[in-house]
Amino acid sequence: MTTSTEPLSSVHMPKRRDSFIELNGRERALVFCDLDSWRELLGPFDRLESPWLLPQNVTPQADDGCIVIKGKIDGVSTVVVSMEPAFQGGSLGEVSGAKICAALDLACRDNENGIQTNAVLLLETGGVRLTEANLGLAAVAEIISSLLSLRQLAPIVCLTAGTVGCFGGMSLVAALSSYMVMTVEGRLGLNGPEVIEQEHGVEEFDSKDRALIWAIDGGEQRYATGLADALVQDDVGEIRQAVRGLLKAGVPSVYRSAQVDLYRKRIAALDTAQQFNPEDLRKTWHRENTK
Amino acid sequence: METLEFKFSAKKKGTAKKRAHVGVVGSGDLEVLLEPLDTADAQVRIRTSVPGFSQQWQAVLDRFFMKYDGAVAIEINDAGATPGVVALRLAQAAEASE
Amino acid sequence: MSTDSNLSTRGRLWFEALAGQSGKSSDARDPDSVLVADAPLGGAQARFLCVVPDAQARFPRAREGEVGLEEAYALATHVREVIDSHKSGDRRPIIAIVDVKSQAYGRREETAAIHLAAAVAADAYASARMLGHPVIALVVGQALSGAFLTHGYQANRILAFDDPGVIIHAMHKEAAARVTRRTVAELDKLAETIVPLSYDIKDYAKLGILYDLLKVTDADKPQPADLELVKARISAAVDDARRGPKDLSCRWLSAAAATTRQATLKTREAMFSQWSQSN
Repeated sequence: MTTSTEPLSSVHMPKRRDSFIELNGRERALVFCDLDSWRELLGPFDRLESPWLLPQNVTPQADDGCIVIKGKIDGVSTVVVSMEPAFQGGSLGEVSGAKICAALDLACRDNENGIQTNAVLLLETGGVRLTEANLGLAAVAEIISSLLSLRQLAPIVCLTAGTVGCFGGMSLVAALSSYMVMTVEGRLGLNGPEVIEQEHGVEEFDSKDRALIWAIDGGEQRYATGLADALVQDDVGEIRQAVRGLLKAGVPSVYRSAQVDLYRKRIAALDTAQQFNPEDLRKTWHRENTK
Repeated sequence: METLEFKFSAKKKGTAKKRAHVGVVGSGDLEVLLEPLDTADAQVRIRTSVPGFSQQWQAVLDRFFMKYDGAVAIEINDAGATPGVVALRLAQAAEASE
Repeated sequence: MSTDSNLSTRGRLWFEALAGQSGKSSDARDPDSVLVADAPLGGAQARFLCVVPDAQARFPRAREGEVGLEEAYALATHVREVIDSHKSGDRRPIIAIVDVKSQAYGRREETAAIHLAAAVAADAYASARMLGHPVIALVVGQALSGAFLTHGYQANRILAFDDPGVIIHAMHKEAAARVTRRTVAELDKLAETIVPLSYDIKDYAKLGILYDLLKVTDADKPQPADLELVKARISAAVDDARRGPKDLSCRWLSAAAATTRQATLKTREAMFSQWSQSN
């Protein structure tokens, strides 16, 4: 038991001033909006928490690990949704899922009524929250649907910075967004290394091999192979600029997820007799040849 | 899960000007929701996934309310924080509410 | 680890029974794991789609009925064909017969961006739905996780057999137990009171997402009388889909959801209320 007698200022741990990754979910969400232009919706004091966690001896979080900020970015109405990576691994539950889905639906409605409203999704998530299983999975499907409606009307920028990355069902959400931003530390994939190792053994995927993990899921690889639109360093200013720039670019003319023929051909061209060399994929799937 | 409730008599009202929220319910951490109350008491409700430490919670809160004597409602959602981390978060919440 | 016991044949059997065809694609690019056929259903010419095991699949981790790269892109292609070939009148129904134990777990899959493949298929199904094609999912076996997100979960209406072999869930029980550090027995106990955890399709039905829960004589072997019932119920779902909104709102507006998804409804209501307050 320690008694704290230091002045308040010194109990705060020093942070690298410009690191985005070291910010919590709420701090990350607040990086983007124009000064004094924003407010939080359904914040902790609304106490919309998960009804499913207490009976499983899991402490709920008052915002269910999902922060929704409505404000302006460069003068344009924007909703910023941020998943708190430290709460249950950023996983999606019923309430956090409903927050994201409703935010996308409302942005869509505003656009339909002539109010340009864009979206930024900060996806730091392991996927569906297993303590809510089927409601988490259902929420992912609903978010996918709402995102597809919104993206026709307004740009949706998705960012994965690390350390959790974007895995599970939410990786589909990332793939469907208008633009994907990743840091070098960020990772994006459907199944995490541990899950693959559990299913098919360490030969299939050594989940302790960090070099392998980033070679496949990491920001540099995803960017080089055209699966991310911007690669940034872990710097608040650089990240803010990248997101703002992509929002300004507006609704893209082509979506990755609509290029069925291109990717069908790419998959058909792969020699499946052995594992693929991620480096080789950077040549055959060069980002210049994607859009 | 354990829910603990504590009351402390507040020597003066109005210390907290606005509500404040700090922290994250991550492993070894907690979140604190602090709201000004218009009563003569401070009330604390703690929900923790680590039961059996009510004495330690009492001690941390005693120490907190020795320095801080506002009438507030404090809610804590705890996932196994140490007393040091609890004290830190309470101090942060108090500062943020001024 | 995957059980090497019985690879499910439910998908293929129900596909063949409902579509009246083998579903083997005429397109040489298509994997044998994806069945596609156009067949009459209640006066419309529906497209039936199914993913089945293929021991000869090019991708070694997608040979037991998993939804992998080739499957996702083939599904997307065949759904988009229906969209693109629409000329006039009512849009054609798309029927996803679902019996998929998981997405494909593999290093090849992650390297070649299976997350995008899954998204491409989900996009195709959702796009069809939003354009007015009634998309119906019939769950005859398993519908797990990423596989279901890819094939079936974007449907307007979802039907399932009331059968112990029908499981809709986010993760297989043994794996879920491992990840959440509980025993399978503990998970079963929790599922008795926490509906979204249950592996019982009757409990899933309480979530209000299903349009219909169908009792058939034998889920492993389609019987003629059952076929009539199933076709009738799918047709009813098609008609219901045509009448309703093209989004997924019916899932949380259902009678059952009013009970089990109260938190969803409260959250949506609160968000709608707070959104419009002046900035």
